[in-house]
Amino acid sequence: MTEHPSSPEHHHQRPGRAPPLVTGAGFLRGARLALPVMPGMMAIALATGASAARVGLSFGENLVMCATMFASASQLVVFELWPDRFTPDAVLGLALIALTVNARMLLITASLRPWMGGLPAWIYPLLHLTSDPSWIVSMRYRNEGGTDAGVFFGASVLLASFWLCFTQLGFVLGALVSEPRRWGFDLIMPVFFAAMLVPLWRGRRNAVPWVVAGAVALAVERLVGGWYFIVAGAIAGAVTGGFVDDRRD
Amino acid sequence: MTGATELGTGLGPALGTDLGVWIAIAAMAAVTYAMRAGGFWIMGRVPLTAPVQRMLAALPGSIVAATVLPLMVNGGAVVALAVGAGVAVMLTARNDFLAVAAGMAVAAIARAAGLG
Repeated sequence: MTEHPSSPEHHHQRPGRAPPLVTGAGFLRGARLALPVMPGMMAIALATGASAARVGLSFGENLVMCATMFASASQLVVFELWPDRFTPDAVLGLALIALTVNARMLLITASLRPWMGGLPAWIYPLLHLTSDPSWIVSMRYRNEGGTDAGVFFGASVLLASFWLCFTQLGFVLGALVSEPRRWGFDLIMPVFFAAMLVPLWRGRRNAVPWVVAGAVALAVERLVGGWYFIVAGAIAGAVTGGFVDDRRD
Repeated sequence: MTGATELGTGLGPALGTDLGVWIAIAAMAAVTYAMRAGGFWIMGRVPLTAPVQRMLAALPGSIVAATVLPLMVNGGAVVALAVGAGVAVMLTARNDFLAVAAGMAVAAIARAAGLG
């Protein structure tokens, strides 16, 4: 709340050669930054576990799927299309859905590179714990001048473990938890995501890519359908950002 | 050799349900991890020139806009009101918890009132 925007040299041009700081204090700070989305994470996790039970997965299958995929949006979509017979075509189809719904992760972890490129290879297993909210709170911290990569790991570990616990609870409780809408739990993620635009704001010139991204996403969603709209919009925004220079407006 | 339609799907009918579920889970987990590791890995092989840095810097806001805007348009008044309340509270109070709470409260009230 009292944090000031960083000095201009802070958030541009910082090639990630030298390893960034990773501290325990940063880890705890990341966990704290992730707290506001925990109710939303809980609601999504409960719904994911309940859907797995509904389509007939065993406890073990659901546990392994949640631990190895850790991707609610794609898991909820594949459960809507869960086949009776697992022919190779069906397996391929499910993998393609997981690919398209999760393709935004490609862009999300790409954006981490300038910050964390200097870290050794142990970052690769940890990238598995990347989630939309852990990434957005970390980018917000980074945008405000922070450099401690522990923030990203703290937020990611906290949210992933919390999510995994509640997917299992959702599986056990099943239909009991299928009404997250009444209290607005289903909207926590979009509200939090959108609210993060406020601390990311750096003036009108830097918001031009956001407008392009939103417009392209909307058009693709309308004209093409499916799940391509997030990636299409985000790429359009990023390309626009590449052309918008850094002059102040 | 009678079932011509099953040619080319060698494992097809032989794939037991249990085994099939595990194969599907493994395939979905593999592509999902490939996305998470892939973006970071690829950018390690692309020179981080000034335009590339600007593109990466524009990604967070772009991903948020590309995710939320279609959701707001399709979700109707309730989603728009909830997101609007969250952003408005963030602008004035600069507090994440209050922003989320405001969004949830507005959604709950709007739905109780029969909207969406």
